[in-house]
Amino acid sequence: MRDPLLNVSQLASFYGDFQALFDVSLRVDEGEVVAIIGANGAGKSTLLKTIAGLIAARPDAVTFAGSPIGGVPAHHLLRQGIALVPEGRRLFSSLSVEENLQIGGAYSRKGPWSLERVYQLFPILRERRHQASTSLSGGQQQMVAIGRALMSNPRLLLCDEISLGLAPIIVREIYERLPQITGDGMSLIIVEQDVVQALKASRRVYCLQEGRVTLEGESQSISREAIASAYFGS
Amino acid sequence: MSPEITITDTTRSGRITMVLALCAVLALACAPLVATSAHLNLMVQIFAYLALATLWNLLAGFSGLVSVGQQAFVGIGGYALFGLTIFADLHPLLALALAGIIGAVIALPVAGLLFRLRGAYFAIGSWVAAEVFRLLASQISALGGGSGTSLPARIVTSMASSRVWREYVIYWTGLAIAVVVIGLTIFLLRSRFGLALRAIHYNEGAARASGVNVTRVKLIVFVLAGFGTAMVGALIFLQKLRISPDAAFSVNDWTAFVIFMAVIGGIGRIEGPIIGCLIFFVLRETLADMGALYLMMLGLVAIVIMLRAPRGIAGWLSEKLGFDLVPLSRRVVFAKSKGDSHV
Amino acid sequence: MDWVNSITQGILVGGLYAMFAAGLSLIFGVMRLVNIAHGDLVVLAAYLALVVTTTLGLDPLTSLLIIVPLMALIGYALQRFLLNRTLGDDLLPPLLVTFGLSVILQNGLMEIFTPDSRKLQAGAIETATLTLSSDLSLGILPLLQFGVAVAIIGGLQLLSYRTAWGRAFRATSDDQTTVQLVGVDPRHVFAMAMALSLAVIAVAGVFLAVRANFDPSMGPARLIFGFEAVIIGGLGNLWGTLAGGVILGVAQAIGAKIDPGWQLLAGHLVFLIVLAVRPEGFFPRVQH
Repeated sequence: MRDPLLNVSQLASFYGDFQALFDVSLRVDEGEVVAIIGANGAGKSTLLKTIAGLIAARPDAVTFAGSPIGGVPAHHLLRQGIALVPEGRRLFSSLSVEENLQIGGAYSRKGPWSLERVYQLFPILRERRHQASTSLSGGQQQMVAIGRALMSNPRLLLCDEISLGLAPIIVREIYERLPQITGDGMSLIIVEQDVVQALKASRRVYCLQEGRVTLEGESQSISREAIASAYFGS
Repeated sequence: MSPEITITDTTRSGRITMVLALCAVLALACAPLVATSAHLNLMVQIFAYLALATLWNLLAGFSGLVSVGQQAFVGIGGYALFGLTIFADLHPLLALALAGIIGAVIALPVAGLLFRLRGAYFAIGSWVAAEVFRLLASQISALGGGSGTSLPARIVTSMASSRVWREYVIYWTGLAIAVVVIGLTIFLLRSRFGLALRAIHYNEGAARASGVNVTRVKLIVFVLAGFGTAMVGALIFLQKLRISPDAAFSVNDWTAFVIFMAVIGGIGRIEGPIIGCLIFFVLRETLADMGALYLMMLGLVAIVIMLRAPRGIAGWLSEKLGFDLVPLSRRVVFAKSKGDSHV
Repeated sequence: MDWVNSITQGILVGGLYAMFAAGLSLIFGVMRLVNIAHGDLVVLAAYLALVVTTTLGLDPLTSLLIIVPLMALIGYALQRFLLNRTLGDDLLPPLLVTFGLSVILQNGLMEIFTPDSRKLQAGAIETATLTLSSDLSLGILPLLQFGVAVAIIGGLQLLSYRTAWGRAFRATSDDQTTVQLVGVDPRHVFAMAMALSLAVIAVAGVFLAVRANFDPSMGPARLIFGFEAVIIGGLGNLWGTLAGGVILGVAQAIGAKIDPGWQLLAGHLVFLIVLAVRPEGFFPRVQH
């Protein structure tokens, strides 16, 4: 078996004195889409922030492409190929749509993603490119956030709650574009509240509950009962 | 059953500090019996700085009003003293009290303007205000314009006919001002008003949301500080007997030194500026010959403390001792538990 | 015509004030830091220029080639090793640390160069004038100073809105955490902003030193002029800052014309009036 692109082993994460993750292990293979589901406060966002380098961790708790990256700051990890689409989008409010995308590509690795390619993926952004990012609808803002992360040509893209606060039709529209993103072999972790959407889009799934992994399996074959019990505890 | 609880604002350490402080004040009041004239002189300066540093701490440490322009009120107080004694022939001590009121009255419109500036810009704005008052003072030709003037002999002698007694009067006035300023500040901070101040300090938005009128609270503090600072200013120039715009509105003398005292002692604690003030004078008396180097060293010490121990010596002490010398917060005491019941 | 002359001089001095203001405004915009030592750094640049011109025999304007990078370097180091550690939710540490720095700089310069005032000699350009009419003539040096100020403001404007660095500055100002996700290290951005601020300060310091006498104690007043120009012009608007500097310069010139004792007072009064009737300044930044 090939080494996974991302390997998290026995990760513990802290928010100040509060421990948010206990002994979390997971892996993501090259080109794989992995979903992480779980209730509010299960530690999903903490896990993504730790992988992206916003929260420090034991060096060997996270390895990426074979090297330990726990505790490496986020701005270095971006250059190595990890990009995060943060929860709540977090666009830069004083930058226009296009500037938000451009700054995403400021430290880009070599790869297929460019301003042009992002506009092909989300054509509406081309029309809105000179507008202030704050003037867009929620769904369009989410497109900018995804585009901004793609501009760095990541090997691993982390998406935190893409569907948060969006109408179902918009969520579906965004998820329909995912294959175009992963088509070049990019790996993806999607954190979702919307379990159905998450299972549909991913190959494997992990369920977190109170900072621990309670379930791991193939997204297509996993049973609803198993998910329910992993989600809420039994 | 839940234990019976009472809420208290005294602690044993607080009571001990109080008793010690009373003894110290009594001893200081008797000092003229034994001390030399030079010592009394120095003590008056210390009293003035104790009051200035406490007032600055009330502004910056407790109310988020970081002013680098308090020299405005020192100068206003000094000029008020000279004006009221020279032109209105008032007794210097009456003039000193009135100088405080003038300081408070001027603080109102100054606050009206400066409160439009947020945070750090308020600091520089306060400096501009002080500069304006300095320039205005140098336009008063009856008080010597830019070069200043001396307090006429008739006014000096109106305080007391002998030089020794004049020194005593100034000494006791200084002691009284320092004690009253520190005492009232403690009282204020432990009152309901102090609670509002602390709420603002922790989270201005939350305080506003829970019904605290933030602007009004800050305005009251600024006016009180203006009152006290102007009175101290009057005291300082009553002792110096000579005033000039540059001396009266000096940012170095009346703000920089005061900030160093508060930073070194510990901002946001009552005992902080007091400790800082005493250290400052020990340093000054031993190192004053160094001139500019001494000031550079003070700046360096302030920077290092701000980075390494932002709570100052008082904060460090209270951490080591495990209790506050001057407790400001209320404590819940559980009646059932015995011994050390402070939570 | 006398009046026209004074007001013109005031406008040209306003360029210098705009230079003080631009550096101040830049770092406030990027990191909400108000640098109390700003004016003392202007004076430091003037003294550095004094040393460079006297030891290397350079012309003051040529010395900019050394002073500007040197000050930028000092700015980078200052921010990276000292001021970054003071940034956070609390207002006091950055204010008091820069205040301490101001005292150190003033007294350090006093110790090294004595409190006496100095001046840089720029030679013939100092007295060269451009005669517009029989009554109105403009000094070449003040004109140059104003032109440089306009160029600096225009340059900063271009940098902010047309370059990757400008985007990084604005994005970091918006959200220090999220910029890390696009590969930006906020500590480096802050240090670069301070370097740029001190590069502008360097230019201002050299012009200050050529145009007038300077001494170690004149820093705080430069800070105040810069600050007043920022507030008069409106926070966050660079061209507004230039206008603010010009308004302040003209106010001072008119004040001085009425009575020499009123020069500074008139400037402060305009500032206070603006604060009273239009606290957001004349040209506040338009929010998207």
